[in-house]
Amino acid sequence: MSTGGLTAVIQNASGCLDKARNQWQKFNTWLELDSSHLSPGRQLSVKYFTVAVILFFAQILFGLLAATQFLAPGFLYEILDFSVNRMVHINAMVVWMLYGFIGCVYWLLEEESGTEIVGLKLGNIAFWVLTAAVTVVVLVYLLVQIGPGKDSSLWLINEGREYIEAPRWADIGIVVVILIFFYNVVATFSKGKWSGIAGVLTLDLVALAGLYVAGMFYMTNITHDQYWWWWVIHLWVEATWEVLVGVIMAWSLMKLLGVKRKIVEIWLYIEVALMFGSGILGLGHHYFWIGTPEYWLTIGGFFSALEPIPLVAMVVHALYDAGTHSFKNSNHPAVAWIIAQAFGNFFGAGVWGFMHTLPQINLYTHGTQWSASHGHLAFFGAYATINIAFFYLAIQHWRGNVWMGGGMANNWRWKWALGLLNAGVLGMTIALLIAGYEQSFIERAVGGSTWGGYFDAQNHPAFVSAMAWRLFFGLVTAAGFVLLVWDLMTIGKTETRKAQVIE
Amino acid sequence: MTETPPLWASESFWKKTAIWVTAGSFLILVVLTFDSLSQTTAGSKRVPGYAVINKKIDYRFDKSVNKFMPVIGEDEPLFGQALSEEDAKGLVDLGKKTVQSKNCMNCHTLLGNGAYYAPDLTKAWLDQGWVSPELREDLMIKFLMDPEKNARTFGSNRKMPNLKITEPEAKGIVAFLKWMSSIDTNGFPYNFKTIEAEE
Ligand code: HEM
Ligand code: HEM
Ligand SMILES: [Fe+2]
Repeated sequence: MSTGGLTAVIQNASGCLDKARNQWQKFNTWLELDSSHLSPGRQLSVKYFTVAVILFFAQILFGLLAATQFLAPGFLYEILDFSVNRMVHINAMVVWMLYGFIGCVYWLLEEESGTEIVGLKLGNIAFWVLTAAVTVVVLVYLLVQIGPGKDSSLWLINEGREYIEAPRWADIGIVVVILIFFYNVVATFSKGKWSGIAGVLTLDLVALAGLYVAGMFYMTNITHDQYWWWWVIHLWVEATWEVLVGVIMAWSLMKLLGVKRKIVEIWLYIEVALMFGSGILGLGHHYFWIGTPEYWLTIGGFFSALEPIPLVAMVVHALYDAGTHSFKNSNHPAVAWIIAQAFGNFFGAGVWGFMHTLPQINLYTHGTQWSASHGHLAFFGAYATINIAFFYLAIQHWRGNVWMGGGMANNWRWKWALGLLNAGVLGMTIALLIAGYEQSFIERAVGGSTWGGYFDAQNHPAFVSAMAWRLFFGLVTAAGFVLLVWDLMTIGKTETRKAQVIE
Repeated sequence: MTETPPLWASESFWKKTAIWVTAGSFLILVVLTFDSLSQTTAGSKRVPGYAVINKKIDYRFDKSVNKFMPVIGEDEPLFGQALSEEDAKGLVDLGKKTVQSKNCMNCHTLLGNGAYYAPDLTKAWLDQGWVSPELREDLMIKFLMDPEKNARTFGSNRKMPNLKITEPEAKGIVAFLKWMSSIDTNGFPYNFKTIEAEE
């Protein structure tokens, strides 16, 4: 009787599995992607891109849930609380961008070094280990959520530190996987040839990985805790990630537009000097109010105010190079997203960042929706865009280096995806900016940042309608994302022409 | 007829500049880090020792430095019991660990950093929302252990979820919040009126 039940269950399950496998095969046939068009290193790269897109989806989904809770606080209350949704939202973001960056580096590694990737097998194992770990971490976030106030919670469930919530066991796993990645990069360049781009990339990766370790310690003293926490967050996004993007950008301008190596490498060195020269001490703009000494008001204010300069330089670089080549290029969607990167980085990080970086202003904007306004435009503009550009580059080659210039079938799709995603994020940014200004006045300046002041600002009609507009533009963003994925899966499918040759 | 390029167009010049600028900035950061960490160890002028939870804490505008400053006053032991520095550290530590394990930072801000769905906790100990210094400890413990029933939504419908905080954990959190409110945060938040202020 019970064994009969069991066999029925097994049969049922294997039936389901068969069905799923069937569907999966059908889906793959429909995709018509042929991996033999890709070198082994690039086959690994597209695995990273695929997971990146899935996590990007998770980011948007959980962002929408959190945004809904601002308007309807009872929504999913004590099931998926705001804290859980928000944590998944920003962690999915950090992780999908890192996946994207690793994918980008594997994408250019073999071509840049002129040889085959050295530790391909190891790289593949690392990919699966990392992906399994990310899955477990997310499941624990969603199903376990919180633990008692003990070390074991920090080791197994979550560390409760914004952006780097991943539990300690996962931190260690991440470091190991990154070391494997790093080994692959260095060993491959050493076997093949080094270049200016290779050198900057390698040194930047050392810094990027090393900084992560600064965020792996528990401290009772909250001032010290936040001191090191910002080392990771700020020195990632305003120094090492920014330079990594510079490297990727330099390489893609060479490949897509045919810019001379000497020119991009000189630009890259200039950008590194300006970015690290302003960004490293610009860290001080997070040390105004956490208990650290007063000299940070001056140092942080001054150096972070210089941070927009390299971002202007990057706009000039990208536009000038594109202009001198009359925008003639082999992949229109990718170049469009690269131009979006130059502007998005400049506005999101440079302009929005500058606007609240002086301590006299930051005293009132600190910790309001102002920061969220800046955070959205900066992360999207600087880092989502460049990854999307590479998704297009990858799909072009995955289909056999097909034509992606004018006169493609369904040209409207990539253009609408580009338009909707950018309009959506920009719309959210403006809505949050209005909410941030309102909070600065009502909560901070008038209300003195008490709990009463906080809620006066939250209940204000200007704030409530800003939250409604944010949700609306969030839905626009989500629509753009759906279109993007559809486009990525279909673009170039019926294309028979080969890609334009750029010299 | 190979001319050497001018300095500003020379690759090696910019490469060296990039290296020196980066190394120089990083070196300065390391030096400042040593100084900042030593000026902010628990027990320093800016970040009081954990036994500060035995004292009354206030936050007032200080004309001589032209900013809001924490004011540490007479004895006012937390939960009616004075603790040694070591025991106080243990209690604050339990609170800090609980704050991390319960993920408070993904709704609240601490020292202004975190999420924006719930009020800042920097000076939560001093907030007038706790009615009076006499009622405060009890109200905080009750709220933390059962925020739904003791909801303080200020007309917003936004309720803190029940995070299964035990009584010892709740006491730890209160100690942590009291200690945090004594940190000199260079005048953030500005214009904050405390529970001690007379109307
Ligand atoms: C691509 C580069 C950048 C990204 C991705 C980025 C992202 C962010 C994010 C997400 C936050 C909020 C952190 C939190 O959760 O507390 C933040 C804070 C901040 N950012 Fe940026 N940022 C970038 C560049 C810049 C630049 C160039 C500046 C200055 C010119 C700047 C100035 C600031 C300031 C002053 C804050 C503190 C806000 C506060 O006091 O609450 N950022 N940034
Ligand atoms: C459907 C679109 C999206 C919605 C509805 C959404 C919603 C939200 C919400 C509700 C928060 C919490 C803010 C708070 O604590 O009050 C948040 C935080 C954040 N989101 Fe999004 N988001 C979306 C897309 C994005 C995208 C595309 C990016 C970047 C690529 C992004 C980056 C961030 C960052 C960096 C934060 C933390 C900001 C801070 O702490 O200052 N989000 N988002
Ligand atoms: Fe920063």
